[in-house]
Amino acid sequence: MPMITPAFKPSRRDFLREAAATIGVFTLGTFIPFGPARAEGGGPAPGPFDPNIFLQISPDNTVTLISKHFEMGQGVTTGLATLVAEELDADWSQMRFVFAPANAALYNNLLFGPVQATGGSTSTAEAFTQMRQVGAAARAMLVSAAAAKWGVPASEIAISQGVVSQGANRATLAELAEAAMRMPVPQKVSLKEPKAWKLIGTHVPRLDSVAKTTGAAVFALDVRRPGMLTAVVRHPDVFGATVASFDATDARKVDGVVDVQQLPTGVAVYATNTWAAIEGRKVLRVSWDTSKAETRSTAQIFDEYRDLLAQPGLQAVKRGDASAALARAAKIVEAEFTFPYLAHAPMEPLNCTMELSANGAEIWSGCQLQTIDQFVAAQILGLKPEQVKINTFFGGGSFGRRGNPVADWVAELAFAAKAIGGRAPVHLVWTREDDIKGGFYRPMVLHRVRAGVTADGAISGWQHQLVSKSIFTGTPFESSSVKEGLDASSVEGVSDTDYAIPDFDVRQHNVTTPLPVLWWRSVGNSHTAFAMETAIDELAALAGKDPVAFRTALLAHDPRDVAVIRLAAEKSGWGSPIAGAGRGRGIAFHHSFGTRIAMVADVTVHGTTIQVERMVAAADVGVPVNPDVIAAQIEGAIGFALSMVLRNQITLRGGVVQQGNFDDYEPTRMREMPKVEVHIVPSTEPPSGIGEPGVPPVAPAIGNAVAAATGTRLHGLPLGFATLSG
Amino acid sequence: MVSLNVNGRIVDLDVNPRMPLLWALRDFVGLTGTKFGCGRALCGACTVHIDGQAARACSIMVGDAVGKTITTIEAVSGPVADAVRAAWQKLDVVQCGYCQSGQIMSAITLLTGNRKPNDEDIDLGMEGNICRCGTYQRIRAAIHEAASTLG
Repeated sequence: MPMITPAFKPSRRDFLREAAATIGVFTLGTFIPFGPARAEGGGPAPGPFDPNIFLQISPDNTVTLISKHFEMGQGVTTGLATLVAEELDADWSQMRFVFAPANAALYNNLLFGPVQATGGSTSTAEAFTQMRQVGAAARAMLVSAAAAKWGVPASEIAISQGVVSQGANRATLAELAEAAMRMPVPQKVSLKEPKAWKLIGTHVPRLDSVAKTTGAAVFALDVRRPGMLTAVVRHPDVFGATVASFDATDARKVDGVVDVQQLPTGVAVYATNTWAAIEGRKVLRVSWDTSKAETRSTAQIFDEYRDLLAQPGLQAVKRGDASAALARAAKIVEAEFTFPYLAHAPMEPLNCTMELSANGAEIWSGCQLQTIDQFVAAQILGLKPEQVKINTFFGGGSFGRRGNPVADWVAELAFAAKAIGGRAPVHLVWTREDDIKGGFYRPMVLHRVRAGVTADGAISGWQHQLVSKSIFTGTPFESSSVKEGLDASSVEGVSDTDYAIPDFDVRQHNVTTPLPVLWWRSVGNSHTAFAMETAIDELAALAGKDPVAFRTALLAHDPRDVAVIRLAAEKSGWGSPIAGAGRGRGIAFHHSFGTRIAMVADVTVHGTTIQVERMVAAADVGVPVNPDVIAAQIEGAIGFALSMVLRNQITLRGGVVQQGNFDDYEPTRMREMPKVEVHIVPSTEPPSGIGEPGVPPVAPAIGNAVAAATGTRLHGLPLGFATLSG
Repeated sequence: MVSLNVNGRIVDLDVNPRMPLLWALRDFVGLTGTKFGCGRALCGACTVHIDGQAARACSIMVGDAVGKTITTIEAVSGPVADAVRAAWQKLDVVQCGYCQSGQIMSAITLLTGNRKPNDEDIDLGMEGNICRCGTYQRIRAAIHEAASTLG
């Protein structure tokens, strides 16, 4: 999921230019102003907590949350419904959800706006007050309706577990709903005190568990439209190549193939079923113009990274005098940390369906950034964004990939639909190979760290250089996240570290390559946490300090940081010996997306094989709205990140991606999953993110445990991966 | 024309017998609960039961499924299936949910053959099913839970 700074202000004029530049091959049409779509049905947008926008109470007495947020597994639909139900005093068993239609005016992300967007681990934080206000407003309207119906004062009416009552009077929410929805929406509502919460902070069953265990859940790949054609696209083997010519003679002979068209991104084969489209693509012959393409290998690109380290770079942080402090340090750590390109590889490959009509376009998709997708499709189709209707479905994972600021796959679909004149609905389907080879990777990154420590364990100078391709440059989010070439997402997790580092110098270098990059679950923190927490561990060792005590001393100014480290240490049995050959224990801490997480890893190392046996996590997420979902996100983040620690990397040879499927880009499997314990710090602070912050501490906790077990420090991911190959 | 026995009914499909069963189920029979993940039997998202055993529908040709009993997530039933689904729901195993049809089909096969699987049995039985969300801990717990309710 993307990290986007709250002050999101899309640069409207730049978007067209930048989208074209990033993709390299798109030629978008005329500029259409980017702005919030009008409320459906016209008229001014109703108030921010108008319950009519966010919930429906049906005659069957179900209460349906209209979710402004996309569900890709993070549990947000359950979370938002919890907030509404809490203030409404609904019974959990009557709660349901549907996805809201794309409408930035109504379903604005209050931390980004004006944009309907799920990302940056913001959903619970941004909607925490709003959704409770929705529930409270609905409750007040139901109470008004009951008071009118029974002729009693509103103050005498109670609602509990979905039953409205006064004296002997009883009514369900459904019985009062019609009258209630005609009541004026209250201008002000008061919210419950935390001690009165009945659902927030408790375990409520996920709202999507039943549909996802019976085959009933509908993902975008399951959408079927009458007369629909499935399109698969032959993409170039190298990034930035364009179609020179193609021969579709054999492809058109495949039974079921009905058309073949050139698109800006490749050549599309349209068929009446998915297999025919895949088979047709196999026998398609395409010649490519690679004159502007990336044809280097990863190692060659990495040479450019090393060359850049000799340059001054862009100053991200300058505090005190790092050079002087290093000169007087008792001991110094110097290390280079290497990180490969990574694919998101969600289980559901990218896909979406589009139907064109005289009035506009309709999309069926699983997407994080509906407003961006509307805008991109509208530009290509010569429509206004509000003429692009989006129906949101479950996403089969995302990890950031379904929220692309240039909406690559939506754009490809729009071109594909346009290329056949909109004569049939088109379902664009990417295969796993398209996904793994398709770019928009977590950038390849190089860190060089030089950090010192005094004899008594204080940090004495820290110089940190990072080389990466900027994620935000060339996107509509550039104006808010990139300042004079400096991309905050490249250095986040270093530049904003909580550790007391009085003499700190952080520099960033931007690499240029046509290879497109994207936020990948936890964005910059996916690599910065490893560099920081490995270096901190090494400094602790040089200072002769316990890794927990060393960290808490450097974080003494932030009691919440200290508390999660101490909780993880206590629950893991930190300090007690860990017996057995090749066994070791390590800790890491990271603060990202407002959330603090510490993890302790127990590992066994046999030769070059690392088995992670146990991970104990402690988290401070502010108010834990759904503790079980929080635990699930941290368990899952460990399962997700483990394969990046052990083996995952995308490499290029002559510009060609060497991986293609789950054999050579293999996610974590069952036998590798450690036992995970999650401990949540009780809190009444505002809630912070949980979709992403579980990822950053995983790799350094394991790396530090490997160092404890073997005495060997590994400075790159995947662990043991010293130089970028390929 | 190919005749298949899917979820207890005979369906006649006008498809090439070389078509993978996965696409026949999804695009022709209309059963989309069986998922496409890799196309090469690497991830298990497309797991169905063929004659009661877990099998990867992406790598079985329609022609080879003729005369066999095919069961998908939509129709799998019986005490083991019920116990597995109930355990999955009780423990809120799912996240994105995309792989879970396949996970559940594999778990049913595992528990049908072994009512008390230990952790190693689960590692082996579930080896072919990838969950990118990393729900493995809860899958393991849910299999143990289902085993205990089956008695």
